[in-house]
Amino acid sequence: METTFRKRTSKATVKVVPRPETLNKELMLGGIIQGLAVTMRHFFQNVAREKPEVTINYPEERLKYPLRNRGLHRLMHREDDSVRCVACMCCPTACPAHCITIVAEETGNGNEKRPAIFEIDELRCIVCGLCVEACPCDAIRMDTGEHMHVVDRRDDAILGKVDLMKRGISSTAVQGGEPNWQERVKTVPDPRFR
Amino acid sequence: MGIVLLFLIPVVVFSIVSVVLVGVLGAALPALAAYPDFTWVMDPWFQALIKMTLLILVVVMPLASILTWMERKQSAKMQDRGGPNRAAILGARAWGIPHFIADAVKMIMKEDFIPAKANKILFSLAPVMAIVPVFVTFAIVPFGGDVCTHQLTQVVANPALCTDKVTLQVARLDVGLLFYFAIASLAVYGTTLAGWASYNKWSLLGGLRASSQMMSYEVTMGLAILGAFLVYGTLEPHAIVLAQGPLPWHWGIVYQPLGAILFFTAAIAETKRTPFDTPEGESEVVGYFVEYSGMRFGMFFLAEFIEVVFLSAIMATVFFGGYEFPFLFPDGFHLLGHSLPLPHVAVLLIQTAGWGLKVIFFCWFQLLIRWTLPRIRPDQLMDLGWKKLLPVSLANVVVTAVVVLALMAR
Repeated sequence: METTFRKRTSKATVKVVPRPETLNKELMLGGIIQGLAVTMRHFFQNVAREKPEVTINYPEERLKYPLRNRGLHRLMHREDDSVRCVACMCCPTACPAHCITIVAEETGNGNEKRPAIFEIDELRCIVCGLCVEACPCDAIRMDTGEHMHVVDRRDDAILGKVDLMKRGISSTAVQGGEPNWQERVKTVPDPRFR
Repeated sequence: MGIVLLFLIPVVVFSIVSVVLVGVLGAALPALAAYPDFTWVMDPWFQALIKMTLLILVVVMPLASILTWMERKQSAKMQDRGGPNRAAILGARAWGIPHFIADAVKMIMKEDFIPAKANKILFSLAPVMAIVPVFVTFAIVPFGGDVCTHQLTQVVANPALCTDKVTLQVARLDVGLLFYFAIASLAVYGTTLAGWASYNKWSLLGGLRASSQMMSYEVTMGLAILGAFLVYGTLEPHAIVLAQGPLPWHWGIVYQPLGAILFFTAAIAETKRTPFDTPEGESEVVGYFVEYSGMRFGMFFLAEFIEVVFLSAIMATVFFGGYEFPFLFPDGFHLLGHSLPLPHVAVLLIQTAGWGLKVIFFCWFQLLIRWTLPRIRPDQLMDLGWKKLLPVSLANVVVTAVVVLALMAR
């Protein structure tokens, strides 16, 4: 079978970048000495200052977390140490990971509810903080600064009402919200709101 | 701080070695030889055995193992990292030095796996063949001057003249460095056999790369050091050291700067470490020891570090005055007309300690090179070996020979 090649018609040419074969490039000595100088400088600097400045030896040294760090959840208390949560189901509705389970019960106190079961699966939680945003009565917070604890079984990562309240404290917010909260916020000494 | 301490380790270690050797060979063995049944303890072979054992167990093995830690720590410091600092003995972290013990324990505890289709005999033999030659080569290295055992507290002007001397060198061979080349070229069998016996394409490729590289660079290595032989007129390492003397401007690096650079380059290629680590080639072929695990792998690993120590020792001996300390003559310091007479034992300790410092400096320098330069391609490797280093080393030999001849004729 006869093969014919078409003659090249393109006017495109190869752009030749001049890279002169200098003696220094052939010997590679200049580059080697430069490189050795750089690494040697870093070596002596770091030996002299004992510890590289960027490394944080984690368990012994820790960074200060920012104020808006989101850690493990906690449930806040009222003045009588009962749970602030009114089982309004805002947080499980807002939760994109469906990690919050609430079963409501009546308090027998007028028309108020409270959670009979309040469970958060910390393995499912994506730490987005939407539950805290959704909560109308400052019952759930993520400001413990604690990391998720190491567990042996998945069940152990589900925190119940007791666990969550153990970390909680009494909240100063008025239950049910205050009519003039916008005015109050300006006087709060918390730097987060300034 | 740990690194600074590391420079004191060889000083201590080499001093201990020399003191123990003088005690055993100068006092204990002659006393033992007084009994008729034990006259053989004064035989040269028995003394050489004691020196070799002590050298391997007290100097080479600890230094090579601590180099594994030093490499990790030094590379960390060069790259602004912290480096190993977690392993601890009873809570003492000691800048991560216990890591080399942890590494050794790990290697011993790991499963020793032999692939099903591998040649079991050669597979087991290869690591031994890689590590034994590097041990044997230490026999020719002088790590201290001659010791006059009966004049330790006196000022000795010429140790070569005294009777009853202990030499701090295992074997004083007239062939000297040729012995090193002969034995070191056996190490290539270890790597090639490992590559072939593993029954693995990548191992074989790594083994072939290793054999081609080591054979090519042995040529350059021999020719590069030939210039030094011409200058000193001897092959025997101790005689080379004596020929250089304690004055730094008489050291080999001044007479043979090009030879030193060529030899160092070729010898680094022989150790198969990073600028020349195509046999290992972590990103492509993973090397001739890819099928090895546990302590068998550890032997290849250790052999590499012992080669680093040995190369440092040879560089120090041939080009940097060996155990000679600057301005320290056998009877004390002499500098600019001033002199400080020192007893024989002090001179001895300073010399062995100085030798240790030179060795550790070259180990450090090799690690610096290893963590600075990138690996070169196999074809560039062959180009560098045959087209650049070899002609230059040949020219070096010719020029040196002509100059030496001209000086002799004058």
